[in-house]
Amino acid sequence: MISDGVKKKLRDLFGKSCFLDSTEDRIAYSYDGTALLSSLPDAIVIPSSVEQISRLMRLANGEKFAVIPRGSGSGLSGGSIPSENSVVLLMSRWDKVLELDRNNLTAWVEPGAITGKFQTLVESHGLFYPPDPGSSQICTLGGNVAENAGGLRGLKYGVTKNYVLGFEVVLPTGEVMHIGGKNMKDVAGYNLKDVLIGSEGTLGIFTKILLKLIPLPQASRTLLGFYESISGAADTVSAITAARIMPAMLEFLDKPTICAVEDFAHLGLDKNTGALLLIEVDGPRSAVEEEAAAIESICRRSGAKSVRLAKDEAEGTKLKAARKSAFSALARIRPTTILEDATVPRSELAAMVDFISETARRHGIEMGTFGHAGDGNLHPTGLTDERDHAGIAHVESAFDEIFRKAVDLGGTITGEHGVGMAKKKFMESLYDTPFIQLMRKTKEMLDPNCVLNPGKIISVSPRCEGALPKSREQIERLTAKMENPSEAYF
Amino acid sequence: MSHRNSGEDLGPKKGGMQSGARAGGFHPEMSEDLLAQCMHCGLCLSVCPTYALTGLERSSPRGRIRLMKSVMDGTIPVAGTFEYEMNFCLDCQACQTACPAGVKYGELVESAREFIQVNKKGFKLKRLLLRTFFVGKSGLRAASALLRLYQKTGLEKIVIFMSGVFPIGILKRARLLPRLSDKFAIDILPEFVEPKVAARGGVAILTGCVMDAMFAEANLDTVDVLRENGWRVAIPHTQVCCGSVNGHAGDNVTARALAIRNIEVFEGTQADYYVVNSAGCSAFMKEYVKLLADNPQYSDRAKKFSGRVKEFSEFIYETGYRKPKSKIESTVTYHEACHLVHTQKISAQPREIVKDIAGDNYRELNESTWCCGSAGIYNIVHYDEAAELLDRKLENINRCDARTVIAGNPGCLAQIAAGAKNGRMDLEVIHLATALNRLYKSEK
Repeated sequence: MISDGVKKKLRDLFGKSCFLDSTEDRIAYSYDGTALLSSLPDAIVIPSSVEQISRLMRLANGEKFAVIPRGSGSGLSGGSIPSENSVVLLMSRWDKVLELDRNNLTAWVEPGAITGKFQTLVESHGLFYPPDPGSSQICTLGGNVAENAGGLRGLKYGVTKNYVLGFEVVLPTGEVMHIGGKNMKDVAGYNLKDVLIGSEGTLGIFTKILLKLIPLPQASRTLLGFYESISGAADTVSAITAARIMPAMLEFLDKPTICAVEDFAHLGLDKNTGALLLIEVDGPRSAVEEEAAAIESICRRSGAKSVRLAKDEAEGTKLKAARKSAFSALARIRPTTILEDATVPRSELAAMVDFISETARRHGIEMGTFGHAGDGNLHPTGLTDERDHAGIAHVESAFDEIFRKAVDLGGTITGEHGVGMAKKKFMESLYDTPFIQLMRKTKEMLDPNCVLNPGKIISVSPRCEGALPKSREQIERLTAKMENPSEAYF
Repeated sequence: MSHRNSGEDLGPKKGGMQSGARAGGFHPEMSEDLLAQCMHCGLCLSVCPTYALTGLERSSPRGRIRLMKSVMDGTIPVAGTFEYEMNFCLDCQACQTACPAGVKYGELVESAREFIQVNKKGFKLKRLLLRTFFVGKSGLRAASALLRLYQKTGLEKIVIFMSGVFPIGILKRARLLPRLSDKFAIDILPEFVEPKVAARGGVAILTGCVMDAMFAEANLDTVDVLRENGWRVAIPHTQVCCGSVNGHAGDNVTARALAIRNIEVFEGTQADYYVVNSAGCSAFMKEYVKLLADNPQYSDRAKKFSGRVKEFSEFIYETGYRKPKSKIESTVTYHEACHLVHTQKISAQPREIVKDIAGDNYRELNESTWCCGSAGIYNIVHYDEAAELLDRKLENINRCDARTVIAGNPGCLAQIAAGAKNGRMDLEVIHLATALNRLYKSEK
């Protein structure tokens, strides 16, 4: 627990109304969107200036408490779950779009701005911000940058990092640093920007972000392909790639997911469908019609039992919104949904989907799988109930196998949600020792006291976490860890 | 280092819920499942008006559900923040519409309020007031008579003037009161009226408490529109308040007694449908089946009763209505009452009717599904927060350039009209039945 003296300093720094430490408030910031994870912070602070954040970090280093940055708390890897002895830094009120530069096609935003609202705003000016996470209605741009969020348009348009031109960031030691600018070309110095993007709140706190925009495509068209089985859908994905068509969206839903989404959104989807592809093409109007027709015939040739073309963009928007509800809708089947984002190269998609359903069967668990078929980013979701401990254990061992298979197929343990706390233990199977060492050194160098979002992605050396070892047993345990270095990191 | 299932390091506290107390309020088995249904994805935050006001997680549906879980675990007390947040919630249920996981938030917050009431000791002023004015018609009649006197003697003008000089609590709230109807519709109308065209069947209507005191005209228009479309209308004079005001405030004992009375009275009319023009009342009457599920004598009758309840726009849209010969002459928009769009999922039907009778004058309202801040007695209890929500609503109305707002709930009608009047906006706020009946009348 943080001492009363430190709490007083925090209260003085942020003011009474922006320092919260009631049990109720602490409970309300003990979780995010991740299943099963929760831990109470000691307090919550709401900053009103960059200077305050900088002073908070200096205080944290002096008094040795942890700072956990948080936006809307919709993360799916436990990135904003408080650790012991921590203060939550709430950025959600920093929600303004500071500048929309229509000459350079850029925008300065505050980190708490909601992604979906920002998209709507720029689209009303004929511009486009493509990164489109499933939680776009509520997730923040700061959180998107911190997690390097992907979403539904990754295949054609890339992910968040492809649209970040620069930012202002408070470093773990309290210095305020500026990176980048409105130049589309800029190679001065190391590319530290990309080190901070996707650092999951462990290397810095974004306070102002410069985003790149592109012109809004003239038209778009949405199609649904219904299949008896998953293999037909997988064939379609390969055939679309082979035909050199690049859809803006190529989303996959399996049978349980289709049923759950239909129960929520009432779109008239056939619940007996084995698999569904939601495909969107966008671009100049003439090209869009041509590509939509080509995709329609590919779907039919690859075994689609029916193909439905959205009658207009409004219906397309409705279908996409329904797809975005998939993760939460699955909770209609079982209340606890453990969602992961194992990702494989596109060519391995069918193999991965097969392995997931076979593994689920073997472990006797219910699983709903959906995801971004176009970029190989799948969301196998274990359906269980957190009150059923045995069931949870089965889901966890199934995921162990799924992650290892993904790595074997040349894939990765997380395509877009981040490592956070949920996938830390798989890092060693993914990376070689020099990579892990460099990550660890980077964290130690930027955050020598390990006060910014500790325990996420990697665990740095024990001296940074909590108090120094005192008892003989504690010291012996540490020595044992030193002899087996791979353990010391995780 | 795994945090799975760790974290909550709080032991039970004094004042927390004891196991014995559980039996009285929440049905523990039921609500534990309802609570577990929330998988805390956070999608509800984007549509929650109180979260938009405070930006604090505890004022969001996800945060409130977490607090309910904590009360169930006995880690936080019922009084204090928990009680405040449960009452700060508008119960607009926009989150329920947004929730893909199907969390029944409305049921949760109402059972939490009931739980708070059951656990409360001492004098319960709010409950007493609600029991006095929202039960039979006598309390309501007495209150209305006093208020009419207050408005007619010019005392109101003095109070409104004073509220400009001293903008304090009660004086500010006085500005929310609309002009009361001169007479209750239920006192003017006979118990049965015949249709104006060939009969299609019989319906009975609820005249409501707030609706009849403030918008008796809407009740008269409702009867006219129904008759115009071939319905024989029963207006049972012994009907009582639907019970929603008491129920939403956590007083289900009173609500159940009222429900039983209405079941008996409405059954006596032999009507095929019970048409209700007030969104809050129709939503609540459709829930009688749940309210009386444990009552062996009335559970079956409640089920039949709820099955017959139809909200006004839902009823005329589904059974078909005669299109008026002319269109509304001013620009019109449609505000969606929470208890229509979120609780009853009635959205397309009234909008289609409004579009139809407005023609080219129809304007779409941005954030039409956002609460206007009225929410029962919310605008009185949480005046400042409700005022912010009202401003947001008025700004959206201004932006769509509508001169007439149509809504289906007396609370919304009063709230938006008060906001328009105080902001000196040129805006008329009317019930759908009134809009429709004016067009019918103009044909003659």
